[in-house]
Amino acid sequence: MSLEFSADARKKINDLLQKYPSSKPVVLAALHLAQKEHGFLSDDALKLVAETLSLPYAHVYGVATFYTMFRREPAAKNILRICTNISCMLRGAYDVMAAFEKKLGVKKGGTAGDFTIVEEECIAACANAPAIVCGTRYFLDVEPKDVDTILDELRKTPRPEGEIV
Amino acid sequence: MSPWKDVTKLVTAKFGNEDARTLAGYEKLGGYQVLRKALGMKPDDITAEVKASNLRGRGGAGFATGVKWGFVPKDAKAVHLVCNCDESEPGTCKDRELVYWDPHLLIEGMVIAAYALKATHNYIYIRGEMMREYAVLAKAVEEAYGRGYLGKNILGSGFECHLTVHRGAGAYICGEETALLNSLEGKRGQPRLKPPFPAIKGLFDEPTIVNNVETLMNVPFIIDKGGAWFAALGPGRSGGTRTVCVSGHVNKPGVYELPMTITMRQIIDEVCGGVWKGRKVKAVIPGGTSMPPLAEDELDVPSEFDALMTDERIKPVEVAPGKNFDLGGGRVLRTMAGSGGIVVMDDATDIPMAVWRIMKFYAHESCGQCTPCREGTGWLEKVARRVAFGQGKPGDIDLLASIAHGIAGNTICALGDAAAWPMLGFLTKFRADFEAKVAHKGAAA
Repeated sequence: MSLEFSADARKKINDLLQKYPSSKPVVLAALHLAQKEHGFLSDDALKLVAETLSLPYAHVYGVATFYTMFRREPAAKNILRICTNISCMLRGAYDVMAAFEKKLGVKKGGTAGDFTIVEEECIAACANAPAIVCGTRYFLDVEPKDVDTILDELRKTPRPEGEIV
Repeated sequence: MSPWKDVTKLVTAKFGNEDARTLAGYEKLGGYQVLRKALGMKPDDITAEVKASNLRGRGGAGFATGVKWGFVPKDAKAVHLVCNCDESEPGTCKDRELVYWDPHLLIEGMVIAAYALKATHNYIYIRGEMMREYAVLAKAVEEAYGRGYLGKNILGSGFECHLTVHRGAGAYICGEETALLNSLEGKRGQPRLKPPFPAIKGLFDEPTIVNNVETLMNVPFIIDKGGAWFAALGPGRSGGTRTVCVSGHVNKPGVYELPMTITMRQIIDEVCGGVWKGRKVKAVIPGGTSMPPLAEDELDVPSEFDALMTDERIKPVEVAPGKNFDLGGGRVLRTMAGSGGIVVMDDATDIPMAVWRIMKFYAHESCGQCTPCREGTGWLEKVARRVAFGQGKPGDIDLLASIAHGIAGNTICALGDAAAWPMLGFLTKFRADFEAKVAHKGAAA
């Protein structure tokens, strides 16, 4: 099945093409857009990016599989990026992670309803550890007891990562 | 009240001021006036002021910014300035805050730097996970274009300067400047062999200067008040203030802009209200997890770049008990100020467990290009994990040291060292903690 970009995405890509000397530097942005519009980067989505930018499929595949934010399978609209790196770990991030896993009934990496749990590396919010980022929303100084409040807020106001692409 | 509350603040002065985040609010506080002054100066005079200021790179290496700028060939036809906003060194959270609170200060600093470098097509490479901050920067850049601070003929000077915010997509290695350039070019973010250095052959094979967010934000202050004024704010060869991020087991973690004469102990006790729960310090990572730790009796050293590298009160990192790690040319490795990420661990901290988490990070982030790092970081994680979880074997401690020593210095970029240095550093200073874990095999968590 061949995929297409929306008119809005095509305009964004064309605008970006004016800012670089060739099409290759636009590949990350085009992959972000393809992921937003098609949910994840299927083979067809990679083909779409390759054709749109006149790049070899193998190059696009190589780039898409290098960066952790690019997904080869679907995810929920809220991606909970829970940091467990050193500063967050020292203040209980693994307890926070366990609380989310228990509440959602799924292990990290998994999806349950509107939420996908990702164990994230340092998200540069160390002074407010443990920290979680979901799209443009940061949850800071999180404790295991905050799980319900956080999930309720995101059910009411989802923060899909595609929001700012 | 902290005696460090009223010290000179430059890049963090507008923290908490919502109004200053907009272009109108920034202009009201005198924003973009220094750009006007700079455009009336000769580009080389700006570089000279930055050299005189003793500004050193705030991203990790602490290299002299003006000297770096001076590496661009005089006859270069096209030059690029790239801001490294890929902050992801564990324990570091200043650039994200700086960009959020003062996006126009970064843009003003970049246009001044670009003018000095004669760089017309410039980029901010921002980490993919910083979605809120990307939105902040994209808006600020649009505002700046609208007012003629970016574009074809800036404030009528004839200088052309374009700025594009470029999003990454999740990869710690892209904070390494040549990996960042490859990522900006639309490739996998794998570091390049140096030389040639980016100042000679960088983005699109053209001379490129890559500077950290905080570094570039200091430039307007230097041009406004002079290089000598800035140099006098700091000790020795380190000009200006330093923004540190203190996390871990302190009462008041935070992002603090401080004079570099302050000691690690003063930062912990006087700025951050001491160690939490009435406990004592066990270990302190002084500048992001890539740096060897300090023990409790090494905290009276100033937080400044050179002091942390050379002060003899800091025990050198060893590859085996009694045998110092050779940094090259017979130099010993103590530690470094790195990214300003200070991580405090109290005396109840399970050190082998903390080290395992650090090794897990580097194993996850190795780009896979160099064998010693690709394989070695994986081995470090595996062995550190079994030690931490009470499954350590006799000889594991020496094995960890041997793997780390085998990685250090044998890779294209510094990620390999970034895993090896803290591994060796923790083994040097907290060996007993690892020995206890191995001795009590099976008994631990």
